[in-house]
Amino acid sequence: MTTTVTSSQPAHPAPPARTQPPAPPARPARRRRSTGAGLAAPFAVLLLCTVLVPVGYAAWLSLFTDRLSGLGLGGYRQVFAGLATYATVLTDPAAHASAAHVAGYALIHIPVMFAVALLIALLLNSATVRLRQVWTLAVFLPYAVPGVIAGLIWAYLYSPGIGPLSATPPVDPLSDTGVLPSIVNMATWQWTGYNVIIFYTALQTVPREVLEAARADGAGPLRTALSIKVPMIRPTLFVALVFTTIGSLQLFTEPMVLRTFTSTVTSTWTPSLYIYEAAFISNDYGRAAAASILLAIASALLSALVMRLSARKSR
Amino acid sequence: MSAPTMGAASRWASRGAVHGALLLATLYSVLPLIWLVTSATKSVADFSATSAFQFADFNLFTNLTELFAREGGVFWYWIRNSLLYAGLGAALGALICTACGYAIAKLDFPGRRLLFSVTLAGVLVPPTALALPLYLLASRLHLVNTFWAVFLPLLTNPFGVYLARTFADASVPDEVLAAARLDGAGEPRVFLTIALPMMLPGFITVLLFQYVAIWNNFFLPLVMLTDPELFPMTLGIYQWSTRALQFPDYNPLVITGSLLAVVPLITAFVVLQRQWRGGLSAGSVE
Repeated sequence: MTTTVTSSQPAHPAPPARTQPPAPPARPARRRRSTGAGLAAPFAVLLLCTVLVPVGYAAWLSLFTDRLSGLGLGGYRQVFAGLATYATVLTDPAAHASAAHVAGYALIHIPVMFAVALLIALLLNSATVRLRQVWTLAVFLPYAVPGVIAGLIWAYLYSPGIGPLSATPPVDPLSDTGVLPSIVNMATWQWTGYNVIIFYTALQTVPREVLEAARADGAGPLRTALSIKVPMIRPTLFVALVFTTIGSLQLFTEPMVLRTFTSTVTSTWTPSLYIYEAAFISNDYGRAAAASILLAIASALLSALVMRLSARKSR
Repeated sequence: MSAPTMGAASRWASRGAVHGALLLATLYSVLPLIWLVTSATKSVADFSATSAFQFADFNLFTNLTELFAREGGVFWYWIRNSLLYAGLGAALGALICTACGYAIAKLDFPGRRLLFSVTLAGVLVPPTALALPLYLLASRLHLVNTFWAVFLPLLTNPFGVYLARTFADASVPDEVLAAARLDGAGEPRVFLTIALPMMLPGFITVLLFQYVAIWNNFFLPLVMLTDPELFPMTLGIYQWSTRALQFPDYNPLVITGSLLAVVPLITAFVVLQRQWRGGLSAGSVE
């Protein structure tokens, strides 16, 4: 793509250049345009082939369903079903349950993690703290642990006979009531430190003069934190909120790992598990494609909602 | 700190409370990892018989030998595959992202705005919603259960492009580019020899975070791969963990394998601290 554009260059401007006075700006500008496209092309091609085309293909497939043909002798064949596949997913009690689990998970995980991460970031940002680098690095480490491994570590810690956590909390972490908080804990462990770093980095950009002015006005550390520092890093908080919301909707690895350790987590426990089950256990690609598209739409709507909230708040 | 109402005693108390809270956060973050280390040194019997954070007979080397011998030494393949997917993928992916981010920030070409909006939309597409469409497409193209089915989709990192654009805006002055062009340097050379070195902290940040994302990825390999010799470590260890309930002798292998999957990343983050901290702060300015 790049080569064809650049190789056609010399032939084009050459003839007029001989008779007329040279027009220097034209040539570099054109060249810049084409190499700009050249430098961007590999990513554009990747984006097209690994995001846009698959989504389009899934949207197309979601309009079909597998039916047994005739008397069942011809095996399955694909039948156009329009939006019926979407209706199947939207009315499926298993899909409702998975949405409810993810909603419950997000409603605990997001406030808890944001409160803890913001608190730690503010503490690190306060003047009294020693060894900042050590603390930030220590809380950041779980981010470097693969989700599967983090899931396995906690699953072992929750397991009766192996982990110390199976007996200590008021509820069994692998029971019906305990499993949701257990999964929240796994994700909170993994992502709190990452958000601490993001918030802490943003806090460091708050201008010193503003903080000194607040101090001169007699604002204590707590007051400064709540009414100056937090509002000033609000854009960062909202970006983190968008990413955490999208991440929460996708919840898959932790419950998938826990499935080995407890039968409480069903094969359709979250929307992502539901998609996996539809595609690879029920072999119903149409339903799985429809559920994928619905998940993408839900996550786009939620992030749009959060962004609109952020725009209103910062006005 | 110099608030007049705050006495020396209460200042010490608040300093103690602050450090106490940080210590709690640190223990919460680090203790599970310490458990992983102590458990990797235990035999199958000690694993369930001794207390969680206590060292028993030192069995790490036996566990490692067993880990690399099991199922014809398939763990070697998993290490190699993780290194290939993540190492090659992050290096190539970060270069592609940086080039594109630079082009969007500094060069003019048709479709520039459209590309950037589609990239931003791409940031918001959840990878698990994308995995099944990718699988369906790959099975159409007969790419399922190949190296490429996992490698190519993970190269695409829209957020990396967004970061790289921010870095290019912040760290590459237009005058420097104009001077280089006057000296007759072509655009690809300007990018590689002038812009890229200036964006180096950004490049390393994108590289490191893409490396982690690929190394930690689980859903896509799970969907795409059936041949154990193509598995990355995460998928292989997961598969062994599903057998551990029935065959407890897989437990030490899962734990020791997990330790080996975690150590390189933690080492990288500790060693490259200055780079990624600097990169994140530069990236968050905008």
